[in-house]
Amino acid sequence: MLQCILDTGGLQALITALWESGHQVLGPQVRDDAVVYARLREVAQLPAGIVDEQEGGRYRLHRTVIPEGVRPLFAHVVGPHSWKRFLHPPQEPLWRVEMDGQGLAIQPAEAKEARYAFFGVRACELAAMAIQDRVLKGGEHVDSAYLRRRQGLFTVAVNCTRAADTCFCVSMESGPAVKGDFDLQLTELTAGGEHRFLLEAGSEAGEKLLERLPGRAAEQAALDEKAALLAATARQMKRAMPAGAAELLADSLDSSHWESVAARCLHCGNCTSVCPTCFCTRTEERSALDGRSSERWRLQDSCFNEGFSYIHGGALRRSAAARYRQWITHKLLHWREQFGSAGCTGCGRCITWCPVGIDITEEVHRLAEAKA
Amino acid sequence: MSNVPADPMLPRPVRVLERRREMEGVVTLVLEGSPQEQDGFQPGQFNMLYAPGVGEVPISISGDPAEPAQLTHTIRSVGQVSHALTRLQPGDQLGVRGPFGTGWPLSDAAGSDLVVAAGGLGLAPLRPVLLAAAGNRSRFGRVVLYYGTRSPDTVLYSGELEAWRAAGIDVHVTVDRAAPGWKGEVGVVTQLMRAEHFDAGSAVALLCGPEIMMHFSAQTLSGLGIPQARIHLSMERNMNCGVGLCGHCQFGPRLVCRDGPVFSLEQVAPLMKIKEL
Repeated sequence: MLQCILDTGGLQALITALWESGHQVLGPQVRDDAVVYARLREVAQLPAGIVDEQEGGRYRLHRTVIPEGVRPLFAHVVGPHSWKRFLHPPQEPLWRVEMDGQGLAIQPAEAKEARYAFFGVRACELAAMAIQDRVLKGGEHVDSAYLRRRQGLFTVAVNCTRAADTCFCVSMESGPAVKGDFDLQLTELTAGGEHRFLLEAGSEAGEKLLERLPGRAAEQAALDEKAALLAATARQMKRAMPAGAAELLADSLDSSHWESVAARCLHCGNCTSVCPTCFCTRTEERSALDGRSSERWRLQDSCFNEGFSYIHGGALRRSAAARYRQWITHKLLHWREQFGSAGCTGCGRCITWCPVGIDITEEVHRLAEAKA
Repeated sequence: MSNVPADPMLPRPVRVLERRREMEGVVTLVLEGSPQEQDGFQPGQFNMLYAPGVGEVPISISGDPAEPAQLTHTIRSVGQVSHALTRLQPGDQLGVRGPFGTGWPLSDAAGSDLVVAAGGLGLAPLRPVLLAAAGNRSRFGRVVLYYGTRSPDTVLYSGELEAWRAAGIDVHVTVDRAAPGWKGEVGVVTQLMRAEHFDAGSAVALLCGPEIMMHFSAQTLSGLGIPQARIHLSMERNMNCGVGLCGHCQFGPRLVCRDGPVFSLEQVAPLMKIKEL
């Protein structure tokens, strides 16, 4: 694999080269006390020296203690945004119709040539993109707008050198080491007080770009440091999805435990909003007041909304218990049969951003206890 | 960008050729074909129908599979979109996507007895089966229709039942509540089902109607000896896309639009027992 070592100047050269090759570069930045993904032009915009404290229903940013004077750029983990915000946006127009009295003229929404470069994609997020790929472009019918954005995408992945307390990617086999489909991967190294980045190519496009950057050869010590950091991150992980969660859920559809979750769940849908794999959408008609034209839009939807399961006569899943059961059984059980893998990557966002701190790993533990 | 297939969310404009009022609030629309319709449809499949400026709903195809250039749908006005669809007149245009989903397993039934059980408007997705059977009677063994509906004035396709009888289909109709002049059966549809009407050892059963009606019909037909693998049901769930992308029609591990709407009882019997799934 083609690899090199960059300093922060080299990192800037990478960002600049991505813009110059026609990509819109998006990366992590602090906004409103959270790390979110936004347009990235300068290394200086990255969340230098920031760590995110995460727990059920809790998210706080702190300045890190700076060992040996290095302010790490990637010591944070994942925030409320995920890349689905760009690949599978919360709302987008599908088509427009003109009604002139003679008939209908239906025009697809303008296909925007979005060429994104995602800078700072974590292992769990690569896994999430692979999951959404199977849903949105892996079947007989393909979401063409998603496919177009996916085809234009360049990914710079980042290995996690720290785990948040809500992370459980090790148990979902999705991290912390970057694997799968990426163009470049970065590992932030700080040993000896020297701030540098190990850059490794994962695709032909990645190799071509890497060759143009002002890097120096990667020494064995850098590769060893990367391996040690990833092993430490894996050891840091406090949460785990219990083994056999799918079988347990299949056996728990009529469990009385769902009522106990329902007593806490506000069915606000936050977990589905922040989840990097939740893909459900609804369509909406936006018609002009004069009745001569109308637009069809696709909007993010959530299985926690009562209207989600509406058929004439009313909603099928009226109780909060049934809606939470739908969400968790979809993630960990039914997704497998529908799309060939689980729908969870262990990123922990649903735990952090649940206003009452409901924890997907904890609920599986409790179901197991209820069964025992 | 390379290789982006046609957008499955984009409807094509189609004109209404004919509008038939079936009963209060129920209309059958016959739509003109377009080149795509020449590919035909499987009885049991559905289209997404778009009422201009209002919205889109899934509607089963109820036309004759021998005339694939025409798309026929029977629509009950139950919401904003279906109401707008039932108000369309000949010459008006609407949007059509599909056909989507799985069809009734008619090739498995060839040579065997065919048991068709329908409740209320559930007869609509089974009409293509009955038309196919009536048009090619030697394709199946005995063909029996059990049809239950609320009252004599809600018998769907009442003008066609005699023609199906004349074509050699054993038609049984029952209503929940009789009215003056009704000489037929009164009671639930399962009361019509008799072992002597079909050979349970080889018969294929096709069911469509309210979930509770399908549940009891499946139970009765199983009891009469038809195995679960040869009993098929058409399921209904909320659908926004019709093509497996929106997540609304999940029924446990199944997506009704993609894996259904026609399922074997073997596939769905365990799921039907779970409340609010």
